[in-house]
Amino acid sequence: MKNGVGVAQNIVLFGGTSEIGQAILRRVVKPGVSRLVLVSRDIDAAIQVSQELVGAHPELDVHHVRYEASDAASMEHVVAEVADAIGDIDVAVVAQGLLNEGADYYANPSSLIDLVNVNFTGEMVLLYALASRMRQQGYGKIVVLSSVAGERVRRGNPVYGATKAGIDGFALAIDHELAGSGASVLVVRPGFVTTKMTTGMKKAPLSTDPETVARIVEKGISSDKKIVWAPAPLQWMFLILKNLPIVIWRRLPI
Amino acid sequence: MQRLSGWGRTAWTVADVISSTDENTIRNTLTGVGDRGAIARGLGRSYGAAAQNAGGTVIEMTSEHDPLGVDAVLDPLSGVLDVASSVSLDSILRMCVPRGWFVPVTPGTRFVTVGGAIASDVHGKNHHIDGSFGQHVLSMTVMLSSGEIVEMSPESNPAWFWATVGGMGLTGIVLRASIQMLSIESSKVRVETERLANFDAVCEAMSGDGEDDSYRYSVCWVDLLATGSSMGRGVLTRGDHASASESDDDDPLHYDPRLRVSAPGWVPNGLLNKLSIKAFNEAWYRKAPSNRHVGLESIPAFFHPLDGVNKWNRLYGPQGFIQYQFIVPLDRTDVLRKVIETFSSAGVASFLAVLKRMGSQNLAPLSFPTEGWTLTLDMAAGIKGLAELLSTVDAMVLDAGGRHYLAKDSHASPSAVRRGYPRFEEWMTTRDAMDPSGLWRSDLARRLGLVDPRRNS
Repeated sequence: MKNGVGVAQNIVLFGGTSEIGQAILRRVVKPGVSRLVLVSRDIDAAIQVSQELVGAHPELDVHHVRYEASDAASMEHVVAEVADAIGDIDVAVVAQGLLNEGADYYANPSSLIDLVNVNFTGEMVLLYALASRMRQQGYGKIVVLSSVAGERVRRGNPVYGATKAGIDGFALAIDHELAGSGASVLVVRPGFVTTKMTTGMKKAPLSTDPETVARIVEKGISSDKKIVWAPAPLQWMFLILKNLPIVIWRRLPI
Repeated sequence: MQRLSGWGRTAWTVADVISSTDENTIRNTLTGVGDRGAIARGLGRSYGAAAQNAGGTVIEMTSEHDPLGVDAVLDPLSGVLDVASSVSLDSILRMCVPRGWFVPVTPGTRFVTVGGAIASDVHGKNHHIDGSFGQHVLSMTVMLSSGEIVEMSPESNPAWFWATVGGMGLTGIVLRASIQMLSIESSKVRVETERLANFDAVCEAMSGDGEDDSYRYSVCWVDLLATGSSMGRGVLTRGDHASASESDDDDPLHYDPRLRVSAPGWVPNGLLNKLSIKAFNEAWYRKAPSNRHVGLESIPAFFHPLDGVNKWNRLYGPQGFIQYQFIVPLDRTDVLRKVIETFSSAGVASFLAVLKRMGSQNLAPLSFPTEGWTLTLDMAAGIKGLAELLSTVDAMVLDAGGRHYLAKDSHASPSAVRRGYPRFEEWMTTRDAMDPSGLWRSDLARRLGLVDPRRNS
């Protein structure tokens, strides 16, 4: 349950080694949180991550669940396993994702399938499984890490952008379907975030770091907002970018 | 499906709400309840999540939904009231005060049902003399999760009776109760008001060695924002029911509890902030006479001042507020002081801060009052860093051998309840015997582990 000062008791992170996911946990895990589940492919790496949190919160009961984010068909089972471990899921942070920047899909088109399974197909199954569970619970919050890359899919990595565009729209529609159930979805649209995922990439304007994203997410969870941008001014930048005539859009150095 | 929260308007969840006081309807509802269980709800005055049940069933029982209306019978000679659990103390007072009988215990609001008063084992300004509500219940009938209706009293079935008193609705649904009322000659209260310059003066005036025990009612409002030598200054009010001859009314039992005003629905977050509360506190302190003053007050003015503003909980804005009430042993005024200093140095403004010395503990394992000092504070739920601050204070309270009041709880943890209530496991055993299927569930119970979490959620 959530307590009266907005602290969720049971928190789950899908993509347990995600840097943004970890930063969010450092924000939302505070006195009052009882149980945490890290769902990840690499449990050893996730255990490393959780040690810092356990050090800061000795009473925290941490569970690890292994999953393969690209195995869409396993997601229902994964959610059931999480629920068996901790009971109600108060907040689920979905931070799984692949970027595959620089992949040559022209040479190897089939290599996009794995990314789409993680970012889109698997995540859709996961969101349905979580939404179904939270509807029964009568409350709960799903935090979906989307990206501004979905706002207007750009050249360079259209596969990533398209999965984010798809999951973003999907998540908002699920939130709409959940209206009145007590459960809801928060879509997070970060811009360029400096993490290991983006190492070596050229920084985009209004780039940010995981801590900033986490701070915005923490605020978003306790509000009624459906969408948060990180940093916030990106909302206005993309309002313009989205509506630029295509001839101008194509001339932009992004 | 309906959104429900407690009086503090935080942490709402959605449940299937059935409004009925009819035994058969309730029994039929119980047979159809799924994994998420059921809980009874009265007038929703519990501050936190005691009377809500996310994804489950909530059985709302108020006289509004009772075809019999206010279902209560008073024996005018003995003062024994046989009353349906759905009836509010407000209705009881309207019915009984003109006939010379007063409720044995009233909390700070009269808009609570008898069922809620028993489940929370509410206390009032007379706890040091009269104990809590459950001690005045002669007997009650309770519907168990099986649908069976059981009569219980301190004599006939003490274990189940006392597990239900203060049991937060998790043992069964109280259907009726027989309550010993208090005889009064007038509807007025003779009140002595006294201003106390600092916290030491407050504690001394209210201590058991002094004259506090010679007043039936005693409570002190404390100014938590005053600093320096005025830290913890307060206004102490004590009194007893006035005799007929003392009353200034032609009809000494005349009772008129009209609501004066309503708080509007559009109050923003932050209206009650440090500045506005500081100004209020100053005015409230100055309003009290500097020397001891004796006067007559009406029942609503003395017992239920906040009820004068309908829906006063809206004053905190949409973010809602929490009420934090704890108790520490009599010799731990040092902890009270430390708690007050902690809140005050964190800049947490409390609109209502009330201190009371409580009498001895009754037989109910989960009843909150025990001999000691109880301090009640309310604060806006959106204050930054509140979770960390309350954890610090929780630890101070528990380390001193204190505990938290479940009916108001918005923050305690499963371990805090187990530490604070030494007879907790005994209560759990009785509870499980009364409800072997684990049907009764509330959001409070889930958060604090008052029900077996492994059975289902």
